[in-house]
Amino acid sequence: MAKRNDWVRIHRNVLEPEERTGKLPEDTKKVPLEMWVKGRLQEEQAEIGDEVTVKTCVGRIEHGRLIEVNPCYELNYGVFVPELLTMEESLRSALFGGDEA
Amino acid sequence: MIVDRSYQAVTGRKGEIIHQAMGVDYSQYERGGILFDYEALMNGPGYTLEDHIRIQRQYNVGNTPIFELHNLTALARKCAAPGKGARIFVKDEASNPAGSFKERRAAASVYHAKKMGYKGVIAATSGNYGAAVASQAAMQGLKCIIVQECYDSKASGQPEIIEKARKCEALGAEVLQLSVGPELFYEVLMMLEDTGYFNASLYSAFGVGGVETLGWELGHQFMERCGRHPDVVVCANAGGGNLTGTARGLRKAGCGAQVVAASVDLKGLSMASDKQFNRKSFTTAHTGFGVPYATDPDHSDVPRSAARPLRYMDRYVTVKQGEVFYITEALAVLEGMEKGPAGNTSLAAAFSLAQELDQDQIIVAQETEYTGAGKHIQPQLSFARQNGIELLFGDPQTEIPGTNIVFPAEPALLRARDADLNHMRASLIRRQAAHAAAPLTDAEIAYLAEETKSSPEFVRMVLEKLGG
Repeated sequence: MAKRNDWVRIHRNVLEPEERTGKLPEDTKKVPLEMWVKGRLQEEQAEIGDEVTVKTCVGRIEHGRLIEVNPCYELNYGVFVPELLTMEESLRSALFGGDEA
Repeated sequence: MIVDRSYQAVTGRKGEIIHQAMGVDYSQYERGGILFDYEALMNGPGYTLEDHIRIQRQYNVGNTPIFELHNLTALARKCAAPGKGARIFVKDEASNPAGSFKERRAAASVYHAKKMGYKGVIAATSGNYGAAVASQAAMQGLKCIIVQECYDSKASGQPEIIEKARKCEALGAEVLQLSVGPELFYEVLMMLEDTGYFNASLYSAFGVGGVETLGWELGHQFMERCGRHPDVVVCANAGGGNLTGTARGLRKAGCGAQVVAASVDLKGLSMASDKQFNRKSFTTAHTGFGVPYATDPDHSDVPRSAARPLRYMDRYVTVKQGEVFYITEALAVLEGMEKGPAGNTSLAAAFSLAQELDQDQIIVAQETEYTGAGKHIQPQLSFARQNGIELLFGDPQTEIPGTNIVFPAEPALLRARDADLNHMRASLIRRQAAHAAAPLTDAEIAYLAEETKSSPEFVRMVLEKLGG
């Protein structure tokens, strides 16, 4: 549950598939144009999935479905890519050669 | 007053909204027919090169160092014919406050917005420009909104773009994220209308004029360090502002270096496709932007773009994704610099082009960019593999964008390939001629020759083929 002034993330469809226009590939035409934004919850309380309003950090009011409270970044360096090691070894070998590699 | 916010109504108000959001009446630069006065556009806001330098110094932008890459030069010489292999340098643009050369493009926009009394700035960008605008807005005390194209319909986000969102938020900006589609511009127009903020377009005179300082610095730094100007300057090319501004700055420094555009080859991938969005590992500096913006510069978010790369381009080369990743790894393990990868597009091309030049010549990749979780080479390749892209060693020439990434099996296989510049010039000429109501005048033909760095004879030849 989120309460007023909690930092939350919301989601909303800006354009439904039938509202999309312009020169779009077929796959893109079939899906909505979606939007995500973060802000402080304006309702007294809300549950995940509720339609809510938020005030963004510049003071704009946006509305959408509540999807996350205290949204975090889940960035990382992915799983190990062994090809990078192969590149490193071949680069050293190409420049320094033989035993120096 | 009830405002119609339908797609048709909002995009129909585009001219009016952009005028309000930039304070510039672009019609003043039109000169009848297809003609417009490009230099008047560049000088219109009243910021000279000296003004850009002053503003950038005030807000901690630019004056970045140049580094000679001795080991990469040595490696290029091992791949080259005897006596060949120019000295390779990079300009360390990652040392700008937000980590890329884009801050040069943001500084005057934010400065001007503040001077004109706007309360905030908006930029539509999934790349380093967002962080640059956010950083300058923070420094100069304006509010900032960045609008990104970030996710596919499964809500899977490109890790590099998510990192950019994190950085923009860390610098105090609001980040509005959208799924794939060119209607991003509709959302931006609504936000400009709602907030009354300034449109910090990459294609304004500020957005391009600000990069002139980079070319100008290059000219002076090489005179000071090497006693001569560089022979070749390689610029990553997407929207064209980087190359345009750099080339203009080089000219103003009296430097006659050959200006080469470099883009990552993403041929065959649609930039607006939901399914293909996450099958590419480069979100900028690729041919999907580079070619259409070069041949049709005025399809940007302003009526007349200040980025007109064909006016300045001597050569256009492409490199493969696998080659940029490879040079990124080389920059780390042979030069001790962990940067990019997207910002190393020009370096990948420079490594190859150096092998065509003599050893006493100088080639410069004119940027680096910061790296970090999400945008680093490791998460980008990990994400590619997760999306079904095959990672191979071999001849990068065989790489198929969206299917595989082919790293050079040996350094000599990293080869920049020439794009057909005359074909692009002809494409621009045909496109603009199609807008002419009557046969082109001599003035219009001279204008098209300037637009394409060609000659009136070349323009006439293209037009004759068109008529025939």
